[in-house]
Amino acid sequence: MLIADLRTAVRDHLDDDATAWLDRALTEAATTPRWEADFAAAARHCRRSHHPELADATRILLLHTARPDMPTLTRLYAHGTAAERRAVLLALAHLEDVGPDALPLVEDALRTNDTRLVAAAVGPYAARHLDAHGWRQAVLKCLFTGVPLDVVADWPARARGDAELARILTDYARERTASGRDFPADLTRVLAHTTPEEP
Amino acid sequence: MYVAGVRALVEPSFWLGQPRTSPASFYDYFDALLGWEPFRAAQHGIAHHCTLALNPKEANDPRCLPVLDELPRYLVKDGVVAVGEIGYDAMTPAEDTALSAQLQLAADHGLPALVHTPHRDKAAGLARTLDVVHESALPTDRVLLDHLNETTVRAATDSGCWLGFSIYPDTKMDPDRMVRVLREYASERDRILVNSAADWGRSDPLKTRHVGEAMLAAGFTDDDVDQVLWRNPVAFYGLSGRLDLDVEDTTPQATHEGNSILRGAPVTTATRATEEGR
Repeated sequence: MLIADLRTAVRDHLDDDATAWLDRALTEAATTPRWEADFAAAARHCRRSHHPELADATRILLLHTARPDMPTLTRLYAHGTAAERRAVLLALAHLEDVGPDALPLVEDALRTNDTRLVAAAVGPYAARHLDAHGWRQAVLKCLFTGVPLDVVADWPARARGDAELARILTDYARERTASGRDFPADLTRVLAHTTPEEP
Repeated sequence: MYVAGVRALVEPSFWLGQPRTSPASFYDYFDALLGWEPFRAAQHGIAHHCTLALNPKEANDPRCLPVLDELPRYLVKDGVVAVGEIGYDAMTPAEDTALSAQLQLAADHGLPALVHTPHRDKAAGLARTLDVVHESALPTDRVLLDHLNETTVRAATDSGCWLGFSIYPDTKMDPDRMVRVLREYASERDRILVNSAADWGRSDPLKTRHVGEAMLAAGFTDDDVDQVLWRNPVAFYGLSGRLDLDVEDTTPQATHEGNSILRGAPVTTATRATEEGR
């Protein structure tokens, strides 16, 4: 989603007080370091509309406007609450200047068991920058923790013809079956894509 | 806890039973109170907030004091609804310094304060606590004095602070004594809070429910119970302006209504109706 569309969608959901707060915060984000306090306080200012993802979206807009350098981005993640960390991860796809240096943040999130962090970590940035092993483990983690496959960006393209991913998923399905448990339907969907296409 | 009726909780930072020896140990603890703990509580339908501080016991270890300098970056967080627990343990000069510094932090960050009163030499400890509170920038109606009992409740009532009682299996207060205090101090019932614990010692998080049951058995009304167990804590921690009693849905769903903003789906009439109905 384009940032301009995101901004419009957020404004659509905010009441007058929250809109005034957002306008002030975005103006300051472009010019002063004060925006970091707004980044932390976003949820209590945008809560009135009771939209669960509104604070995430607001924080993404702040990050996109402020364009923090890598040390700042890393500090915001490291010092952030789970909600702030989630926003940093979701913003990565919108921060054009960030190369592969933000991968440690994605890897940190993938080590957690907070499914909202795991889901935020497997967006377009991860699809572009995770190496083959890291990406396969991320898919497995999603299946393991119940994060739906459809939040994994570009999964059909990355899974295509991946024989090692097929082996990992088949082993996982076998382990689940051996213990008398189901495996997620999403597993079958990915597995189907790992089969090399017929010439 | 959810089955017992718990819908929201405030987890105060305190001593964990094993003394910490470095500030970083506190930062991991605070991060857990702002990260994993709210997620874990939300999975069970419980809204989680916390209070953060350098506790009085560990304020005596010079190795832990750098925490005071780092607290401001934590006190701006959305999930923090008070500074606490602060107060006295052994009434040392180091505790004096930490208490007054953190009352000032509360005032600076628009937060109320949760003040632990000492378990030993309690009456003198309360008097000394009130001296420091009165010297601070924080008004008494933004201070909760916790761990009160029959010997300290009168002085605490006269101070204008909120009155907190901790209900434990063997120590502090028990449900029947709490009911007697509630009856004797009926005129103060709009600023009395009771709390329970799941901490390093013998403790039972369902003691709050036991107080409600003891109140009803003693002839208090449902509304009295609602006031003491729900409205009063909501009012006190709501002074922060950060109390959010909606529980976030932790089930990741690719098609969740809430994802519409981030995924670009148009906001439909049906979505709006759902929001208004929340």
